[in-house]
Amino acid sequence: MSRYVSARVVQLIFIIFFISIVAFLLVHLLPGDPTLAILGPNDTAQARAELLKQLGLNRPLPVQYWTWITNVFRGNLGISFLTHQTVSNAIGVAFPIDLELIIVSQLLAFIVSIPLSLIAALRPNRLFDRIATTSTYGMLAVPTFVVAVILVLLFAVKIHIFPATGFNPLAQGLGPNLKSVLLPSISLAVGSVAIYYRLLRADMIATLQEDFITMARAKGLSTPYILIRHALRPSSFALLAGAGLSIGSLFTGAFVVEILFQLPGIGFQLIQAIDSRDYLVVQGMALVAAIAYVVINFGVDILFTFLDPRVRRG
Amino acid sequence: MVDIGNANQAIERVREFEALTGTTGPVPPATATTASRSGLGVVFWVSFGWVLFMVLLAIFASVLPLKNPNFQDYSAVNIGPSIHHLLGTDDLGRDLLSRIIFGSRVSLIIGFASVGLALVAGGVLGLLAGYTGGWIDTVLNAGSLVVLAFPALLAILVIEAFWVPRSLLKLTIIFAVAGTPSLFRVIRATTLSFATREFVVAARTMGATTWRILFRELLPNVVPAAVSFALIGVAVAIILEGSLAFLGLSISLPTASLGNIVNEGVQNNNLTLNAYIALWPSLYIFILLVALNLMADRLRTRFDVRAGNL
Repeated sequence: MSRYVSARVVQLIFIIFFISIVAFLLVHLLPGDPTLAILGPNDTAQARAELLKQLGLNRPLPVQYWTWITNVFRGNLGISFLTHQTVSNAIGVAFPIDLELIIVSQLLAFIVSIPLSLIAALRPNRLFDRIATTSTYGMLAVPTFVVAVILVLLFAVKIHIFPATGFNPLAQGLGPNLKSVLLPSISLAVGSVAIYYRLLRADMIATLQEDFITMARAKGLSTPYILIRHALRPSSFALLAGAGLSIGSLFTGAFVVEILFQLPGIGFQLIQAIDSRDYLVVQGMALVAAIAYVVINFGVDILFTFLDPRVRRG
Repeated sequence: MVDIGNANQAIERVREFEALTGTTGPVPPATATTASRSGLGVVFWVSFGWVLFMVLLAIFASVLPLKNPNFQDYSAVNIGPSIHHLLGTDDLGRDLLSRIIFGSRVSLIIGFASVGLALVAGGVLGLLAGYTGGWIDTVLNAGSLVVLAFPALLAILVIEAFWVPRSLLKLTIIFAVAGTPSLFRVIRATTLSFATREFVVAARTMGATTWRILFRELLPNVVPAAVSFALIGVAVAIILEGSLAFLGLSISLPTASLGNIVNEGVQNNNLTLNAYIALWPSLYIFILLVALNLMADRLRTRFDVRAGNL
C-alpha cells in the first residue's frame, strides 16, 4: 500500500509542477497585449512599453515564470489590475461558493443515483431498470443551460419559490443561502446523476453475481442489508473515481451555471478575468482550479486503498 | 457542465489502480446476448438514420427550399408552427426551421470535425504506442496523462478567449487538441490488448512491415472501440459548443448557432411570449445527443468493448 501511495505522491508533485507551467504559458504564449487592456487603445506606444517593463513582461519567459512561481510559494499570487484586489483574496471569496455548489449538487446526485442504481441492479433488464436506464440517456442529453432555463422558468418565474439569480452568502442565514444555490445545484446534479447511476449499476450487477452475495443470501440476510453492507463497498470504485473527476472538473465546469445564476464563483470570475485580459487573475485561478482537480483525484485514489482491504494487508 | 467522458475515464482509473495494486474488482458480466450479437439492432440504425438525416439537412441547407435564416419578416412575428413556417417564427419574424438547420451547421461541424481530427491524431499515436511500446509508448503515455490532468475545459476557455477573432476553424482545432489525449488512451489500450494475439504474431512472422501490421491487422480491430468512444466525444463537443454559444463565447457569425438561438429564446421575456424559440433548438440538441449516445452504447455492446478490457 505504501508503495502505491508514494508512487502516487511523486506523480502528484510532477503533475502540479507541470500544471503551473501550463497555467503560466496558457496566458503568456497567446496573442493579446495586456497593456492594451490596462491603458486602453489610445495610449502611446512609449507608455505601453514603459508599463510592460514595469510589469516585468519584457523579460524572458523562464525568468517571468520563476518570479511568478517563487511568489506563489510565498502565497503571493499577484494583484488584479482591474479591481486592484489581490488574486488570493479574490480566490478566497470565490472558492467557498464553488465548494457549496459542489457539495449541495453532489449530495443531491448521490441521494438520487445510489438508491436508483441499487434497485435497478437487483433485477437487471426488468421494468424498473429499463425505465431508469432510459431516463439517464435523456439526462445525459440535456445541456446544463437548458436544465437551468427550465428550472428558472418553473420555480422562479411561474411560482416564486426561488430567486432566479444572485447569491446570498451564508452570513445572511442558512435559508436564503440554500435557496440561492438550490436551483444551480439541481442543474449541475442532473448530469452527475446519469453518470453515477450508470457506473454504480454496472459494477453492482457484477458484484451481485459473486459467491459472497449468494452466501449472504443463504444466511437469510435481508436484501437491503446485503445491498448496502455487502455489495455497495466493492462496487463503489468506479463511482468514486467518477465522482472525483466530476467534482474536480466542477471548479471550472460550473461556469455555465454560475453565469446564468450570477454566482461569483471561480468559473464566473475566470470568464470575467479572461474577458478583460486580467492575466494574473487568470493564471492564479487556473492554477488553483487545476490543483483542486488533481488533488481531489489523488484523494480518490488514496481512498481506494482504504476501501479495498486486500491492498491494506498487502 | 458535466463531461460525459468522465465515466470512461473513471473506469480507466479503477483499472489502473487494480493493475498497480494487483487486485481485481467486479468484472462486468458479458451483456451481449445472442440477439445483440447478430447485428447492431434497430435502435442503432434508427439513431444512425436520424443523425445522418440531420447531417444531410445541414449540408444541403442552402439548396433546400428554406427561407433566409436572417430575413426579418415583421408581418409575421412570433407566430406558431404553420404551413408557411413549419416551426413558427421568432420575435423578429425569422423562420425558426431554417435558423435551426443553418445553426446546426456550427454544432455538427465542431462536433464531427474536431472529434474526427482527434480520432486520426489519437489513432495513429495510439496504434504506434500500443504496438511498438518502448520509449515512444512511455513518452506518449506520460504526456497524455499529464495533459489529461489539466482540466480541458479551462484550457479551452482561456485559449478561445485569447486567440481572437474566433473562427470555426480555430474552435475546431482547440476542441480537437483537447479531445486527442482521451482518444489516444482508448486506442492505445485497445491496441495493447490485440498486439500479442496470434494473428498479429503470425503477420510479423510472415515478414509484414510495422505499418502493414498497424493498419491492416490492428486498425480494423481497434475501430469499434474508437468509434464508440468518439461518438461520446462528439456529444460532449456539441454540448460544450452549445454552452459556449449560449453564453456568447462561441464563434460570432451572422447565422447563429443552436446555443445562440436558445439564448435568444430566453432574452427579452421571449420565454413567456414565444417559448418555441428556445424549445426547438433545445429539442434538436436533445434528440441528437440521445441518438449519439444510443449509437455509442449499441456499438459497445455489439463489439463487446468492455471497460474491463481497457
